[in-house]
Amino acid sequence: MIIEHSHIIRVQGDIIAVPATGISYGELATVKSRSGISLAQVIRLQGDEVFMQVFAGSRGVSTGDMVRFLGHPMQVAFGDALLGRIFNGSGEPIDKGPSLQSLPRMSIGGPSVNPVRRVIPRGFIETRVPMVDVFNPLVESQKLPIFAAAGEPYNELLARIGMRANADVVILGGIGLKYDEYLKFRIAFEEAGVLSRTIMFVHTASDPVVERLLVPDMALAVAEQFGIQGKRVLVLLTDMTAFADALKEIAISMDQVPSNLGYPGSLYSDLASRYEKAVDFDGAGSITILAVTSMPGDDVTHPVPDNTGYITEGQFYLRNGVIEPFGSLSRLKQLVIGKRTRSDHGYIMNSMIRLYARSREVEQKLAMGFDKTGEDEQYLKYGKLFYERFMDLKVDIGINDALDLGWKTLAECFQPSQVEIKQEFIDKFWPVPITEPVVCD
Amino acid sequence: MSDSTRGRVVAVNGPLVTCEVDRGLDVLQNEVAYIMCNGVPLKSEVIRVRGRKIDLQVFESTIGMKVGDEADFSSELLSASLGPGMLGMIYDGLQNPLKKLENDQGFFLRRGQYLPALDQEKLWDFEPQIKQGAQVRAGHYLGQVTEGIFPHPIMTPLRLLGTWEVKEIKPKGQYTVNDVIAVLKSTDSSQTAQEVSVKMKQEWPVKMPMRKYEERLLPDTQLLTQCRLIDIFFPMAEGGTACIPGPFGAGKTVLQQIISRYAQTDIVIIVACGERAGEVVETIREFPELEDPKTGKSLMDRTVIICNTSSMPVAAREASIYTGVTLGEYYRQLGLKVLLLADSTSRWAQALRESSARMEEIPGEEAFPAYLESRIAAVYERAGLVKLFNDNTGSLTMIGTVSPAGGNFEEPVTQNTLKVVGAFHGLSRTRSDQRRYPAIDPLISWSLYLGQMRASLNTRHEKWVELVQEAHNLIFKGNEIHQMMLVVGEEGIGIDDLVLYHKSEIVDAVCLQQDSFDKVDQATSRERQISDFLLLMDMVHHPFKFESKEQAKNQITHLQNLFFQLKYCPFGAEDYQRYRSEIEAILEGKGVCN
Repeated sequence: MIIEHSHIIRVQGDIIAVPATGISYGELATVKSRSGISLAQVIRLQGDEVFMQVFAGSRGVSTGDMVRFLGHPMQVAFGDALLGRIFNGSGEPIDKGPSLQSLPRMSIGGPSVNPVRRVIPRGFIETRVPMVDVFNPLVESQKLPIFAAAGEPYNELLARIGMRANADVVILGGIGLKYDEYLKFRIAFEEAGVLSRTIMFVHTASDPVVERLLVPDMALAVAEQFGIQGKRVLVLLTDMTAFADALKEIAISMDQVPSNLGYPGSLYSDLASRYEKAVDFDGAGSITILAVTSMPGDDVTHPVPDNTGYITEGQFYLRNGVIEPFGSLSRLKQLVIGKRTRSDHGYIMNSMIRLYARSREVEQKLAMGFDKTGEDEQYLKYGKLFYERFMDLKVDIGINDALDLGWKTLAECFQPSQVEIKQEFIDKFWPVPITEPVVCD
Repeated sequence: MSDSTRGRVVAVNGPLVTCEVDRGLDVLQNEVAYIMCNGVPLKSEVIRVRGRKIDLQVFESTIGMKVGDEADFSSELLSASLGPGMLGMIYDGLQNPLKKLENDQGFFLRRGQYLPALDQEKLWDFEPQIKQGAQVRAGHYLGQVTEGIFPHPIMTPLRLLGTWEVKEIKPKGQYTVNDVIAVLKSTDSSQTAQEVSVKMKQEWPVKMPMRKYEERLLPDTQLLTQCRLIDIFFPMAEGGTACIPGPFGAGKTVLQQIISRYAQTDIVIIVACGERAGEVVETIREFPELEDPKTGKSLMDRTVIICNTSSMPVAAREASIYTGVTLGEYYRQLGLKVLLLADSTSRWAQALRESSARMEEIPGEEAFPAYLESRIAAVYERAGLVKLFNDNTGSLTMIGTVSPAGGNFEEPVTQNTLKVVGAFHGLSRTRSDQRRYPAIDPLISWSLYLGQMRASLNTRHEKWVELVQEAHNLIFKGNEIHQMMLVVGEEGIGIDDLVLYHKSEIVDAVCLQQDSFDKVDQATSRERQISDFLLLMDMVHHPFKFESKEQAKNQITHLQNLFFQLKYCPFGAEDYQRYRSEIEAILEGKGVCN
């Protein structure tokens, strides 16, 4: 049953209210104004007043405009036909592709997974980014944010991982994305030939702010369906701080008491209910979430990165264009290192990081004017190679090749006795020096 | 009171729903009501009454609810079902058994599904232990059933008031939790209900403390966690309370998991309150495989998990801690030692904040409600060591983690918790960055139980507490010297200070730090704690005489390595004895130093 109303009694921020009865909480409506038709969602019922957030914003909404209630909450189409398609923040296709009217539709923001149906994460997702694969591997069903200040190439990193990761389906949720960035994602995916396994939900910075709120829910609802079908889904979200800012805007318009820097008290729950969609289903597929959380003022104690840090299983710090090797952490890495990856993985990871930390110390020491020793030369050479071969985001290399390259790099700079690795692994993996003269008889 | 108060929804604001009831009908604060939403009953709790307008917090998503939907008030407070069959269970915050829900519903938790917490069909072998005609009070044992690892006494209803007489008691036999096993007769003619039927299952309102004991006692016995830093430096008492705050990534969860595994206690209740589901999954999947050294049975047999993860409805998160505490109090009533681990109380406090904000209450600090302090205090005060009516003792120990925003301990939840707990195990970013785990910072942590349990701790060694304080002071001193070294370099300090610094580093490395992923090091028995700590203190007391800093460093590094190797050897093993003799030889001046 479709109910129409034409008497808007309140417009405040992007919230409008109409007198109406028989309306459900969470129900969807359309608002027809002179600037077009927009979707709106019921966010509060108060007696016979119905409050809605208008996705296209309230600008140009007149008190005489027509509100039509659709009788169902926000839904999204689902099916294999979604692969390769691009949608806007309200779930409408924006790629001039065929209509998806015939597909079944399902509600977004569904119930949470029963914890007893989860399994301990065990799958390794190869991203071909060595700073991730070797030092902080991404584990299937993990949720990991990339913490970065403005100006860092986080979207470039996300696009690279989206192109290379060995997942069955990659879903991009763009929230407040600059239009150029959206185009870059699209071109990158097209050129890499991975568009056919990719679905994009894109809300650009110029789109109405309320639409941002839908993007993670739509992306994750679709991911969940593919996951149940047994697919390994990777969801990329950028930028979750923009999502949190939209929550803040709505909360303030609704006169909610802010808790910290204006964010609503429910910020933790709001973020967690999205990130918790990451799951390894017992007997089906999985959802892995890699999300960008930009840090205003490069401050990790800002409420958004802070709450995110408590929710997620580790974090990557992107600083000066590279993944920071020390602060970054994948909390689930021990579940796959040496189990899903090669047996030498754990040893080479620890040794390389330890040596890189020392090479940084050496650099600092030299910067303070101390003399350079022969050992310092080794560390400097190692630090340079480490940066070039592992940290540079352009490096595109599989996990086993990266481990081999690790051994090669160690052998080029150090003696086996300097690297603190168990002898049995040195014996097995240390490259035979090729510079030694070969004696022939 | 009318048998059924009904109302209609007049406002919906997220999980906060306002209903209007007809004039003259009674409504109970914290009463449970069911709101019919598209034919599905959604459980909710009364949290405010204003005239005929009743505010309810709904424990489920309210999507689809309409103005005019009917609400049915149950006139029962939010309660937990208590009885045999709770051990090994995994409940949600409202005590729904998650495994059963899984059988019914698959991957997802559909709303409006409520199942009995206790198995309704299972037959228990009941043995009566009381005669007809006996006088009983609330919590009196009538008989027992055997549940897994221990006999589970069946009590008279804990809500009973006054003295009653056993009119009828069922003979030995098999009964379900819903069968009547006894009938009690009132001895007081003023009582309105003259007879009470007793079942093995009983209900208790979760927000009411269960004070059915003779008296509360001062906790004076140590609760061994097998985590050295806690047991030696900041010990826990049976019936005590502690708080573990820490920034994200400092290892709160790993620490709690280790405690839940190795703590020497009868029952462990884990409340996963608003945290990651992944954390609970490890416990759910691993505990059944692990053996409890004390009973030889699976670790799950002594564990109850209450799991309201961060994506589950926020109102049920508020309830989950109360449900956990109520279960803990029940087991204490059975004369058992119970440990409750709540991770994290900050999420619980945030749930309070969310509902307070929706009710438009005037906010306190950081928008937390003004009653935050009293709520926190009320929860922790339910822990304690008690003497029961039958002269047995039981204890409920509570350890809550706190997740302070930005890792800053000055925030309201941490501060209000510190006021009411007996021990503070503060995790610091500095120590976790240095990979010194568990990252409990010895410079800020404290335990009131160290003094309170002096007598029982000194059974470890006649001067145990003094030695611990001495070691603790050494850590402070070592830190001071370290700070100095950062400014003036190693050259700038004297050899005595250098030795002192290295001694403190040894204590830190081999006693404070504990590798939770190493099979030997992850848990240290009481005997080993005593033996290793006394050896360590012999080292601390040893007056090393060195001629140069170089020599000092070499010898101490050698010694440190020996202690380090010792720590990873199984207690009493051949290697252990060898390293120990080597250390002893050095301390007696006979050892070979290089």
